[in-house]
Amino acid sequence: MQPLIHINKLNLFYTSFHALKDVTLTIPEKAITAFIGPSGCGKSTLLRTLNRMNDMIPGTRIEGSIAIGGTELYSNEVDVETLRKKVGMVFQQPNPFPKSIYDNIAYGPRLHGIRSKQKLDEIVETSLKSAALWDEVKDHLKRSALSISGGQQQRLCIARALAVNPDILLMDEATSALDPISTLKIEELVQELKDRYTIVMVTHNMHQAARVSNQTVFFLSGEVIEYSDTEKLFSNPTDQRTEDYISGRFG
Amino acid sequence: MSIFQDANRKQIANRRRVDWLLHILFVIATSVGVLALCALIIDVLVDGVARLQPQLFTEFPSRKADGSGMKSALVGTVYMLLIMLPLSFVLGVGAAIYLEEYAGKNRLTRLIQLNISTLAGVPSIVYGILGLTIFVRLMSLDRSLIAGAFTMTLLVLPIIIVSAQEAIRAVPKSRRDASFALGATKWQTVSRSVIPSSLAGILTGVILAMSRAIGETAPLVMIGALTYVAFLPNSLMDSFTVMPIQIYNWISKPQLEFKELAASGILVLLALLLIMNFSAIMLRNKYQKNV
Ligand SMILES: Nc1ncnc2c1ncn2[C@@H]1O[C@H](COP(=O)(O)OP(=O)(O)OP(=O)(O)O)[C@@H](O)[C@H]1O
Ligand SMILES: [Mg+2]
Repeated sequence: MQPLIHINKLNLFYTSFHALKDVTLTIPEKAITAFIGPSGCGKSTLLRTLNRMNDMIPGTRIEGSIAIGGTELYSNEVDVETLRKKVGMVFQQPNPFPKSIYDNIAYGPRLHGIRSKQKLDEIVETSLKSAALWDEVKDHLKRSALSISGGQQQRLCIARALAVNPDILLMDEATSALDPISTLKIEELVQELKDRYTIVMVTHNMHQAARVSNQTVFFLSGEVIEYSDTEKLFSNPTDQRTEDYISGRFG
Repeated sequence: MSIFQDANRKQIANRRRVDWLLHILFVIATSVGVLALCALIIDVLVDGVARLQPQLFTEFPSRKADGSGMKSALVGTVYMLLIMLPLSFVLGVGAAIYLEEYAGKNRLTRLIQLNISTLAGVPSIVYGILGLTIFVRLMSLDRSLIAGAFTMTLLVLPIIIVSAQEAIRAVPKSRRDASFALGATKWQTVSRSVIPSSLAGILTGVILAMSRAIGETAPLVMIGALTYVAFLPNSLMDSFTVMPIQIYNWISKPQLEFKELAASGILVLLALLLIMNFSAIMLRNKYQKNV
């Protein structure tokens, strides 16, 4: 597993609140990395620095280094629209647009200038297939995306993210609003996607992290306490606090 | 049976009585408004229905009631709407988008916000004075159609801005996030996600503002709209009249025939208002389904 993302001594402040403290971490390419830790420890914050969604929160300040494939994200040479095209994101609540299934998937490609109907048709089909949703919706692509189930909506959001051809996929508790069967489907989907994409997921469900991920990062109040192969972290943690957390003694 | 035993029957009876009393009160409160409107409509119908004839739409006003119509006023009102609508839509929605999506939340924008909300409540005559000073005198547009339309645009702008802001604010943040996360710019997000999601609300506000405008008389009297116009405006610089002014003019004449004409004028105005408000509701229902 080649490292793709390098984070070095990253500090993030929300106005005066110090939300990430000296975070140093590497994230491997074409693998699944899980962020775990108690509520408010900064998992979502770190995830949002990877596609610079924090830029929109007024008063956010960043120090240190965060680079993808050697390119510093907060440097002048990176324009944020291109970055977000390369780093897709799936949110906790499924958030399809109130448009048809087709137009939801085509939204991203259209943003980036693809007009040809034939090309769009092709993208819609391959994206929905990648998100394991094609067979369920192929006969009613014109239906409103709000009319399908929550689990299907979330897979639609994954397909929508894939449609702009990203390298990295960020998922912030993407299954926490779903029922167990939909969750399972998405876990299986993520397993398939990791051959083609680098996936970073936040989860509150330790079993999920253990089941799905290759690497796990444990956070506590804005610090990375420990990160390593998932198997090693869960079977043989080096830090006492990690052990306490995964054995359910706090959090 | 035992689980009901500790119920305090007296207290429950009391609560029911209060419930019933308030119910009656609310029914009365509602009926006051509805009855007043009914009384108005019936009264106007009785007076005006006889003169609700084609000539009302095809004839200009004249000294004799029998040959009189409100063609010039009707056309004046329609022209006015046609000028105002695009103008106030672009300016009003533009301002709302700026304030909601682009402007930072600081002291200055809060001050602007307060001003706009206050302007929405300023009496319309004040806009008449403003229009007289700026458009009629300063820009020497005289008592023209365009001066009237500009004045009315100022009058409805704050209403449109405030209602468009509300509609835009109601679009959930998650929908903007979804768009930004796909690499959209601000304008792409606004134009492809925020506006489509809020369009119904925006249009509803615009229509309601327009229906307010076509009933307004005071500001137009102020800037000097004529009360007797026997021609159609040919250019933006021509003088003009509008329906409520024509109605006012007829009502103030002593002869009974003119009072009847006024009543039929009111009926036309009411019908127009009804159509506009109805289309606002239809719009809202149509778009609410897919929001
Ligand atoms: N926009 C913001 N402004 C100020 N403080 C914030 C903001 N967003 C998050 N925080 C704070 O930063 C800290 C980290 O928040 P973050 O959302 O990253 O936590 P998290 O680990 O994702 O928690 P959860 O598991 O509950 O989602 C929290 O203490 C939170 O209160
Ligand atoms: Mg979070």
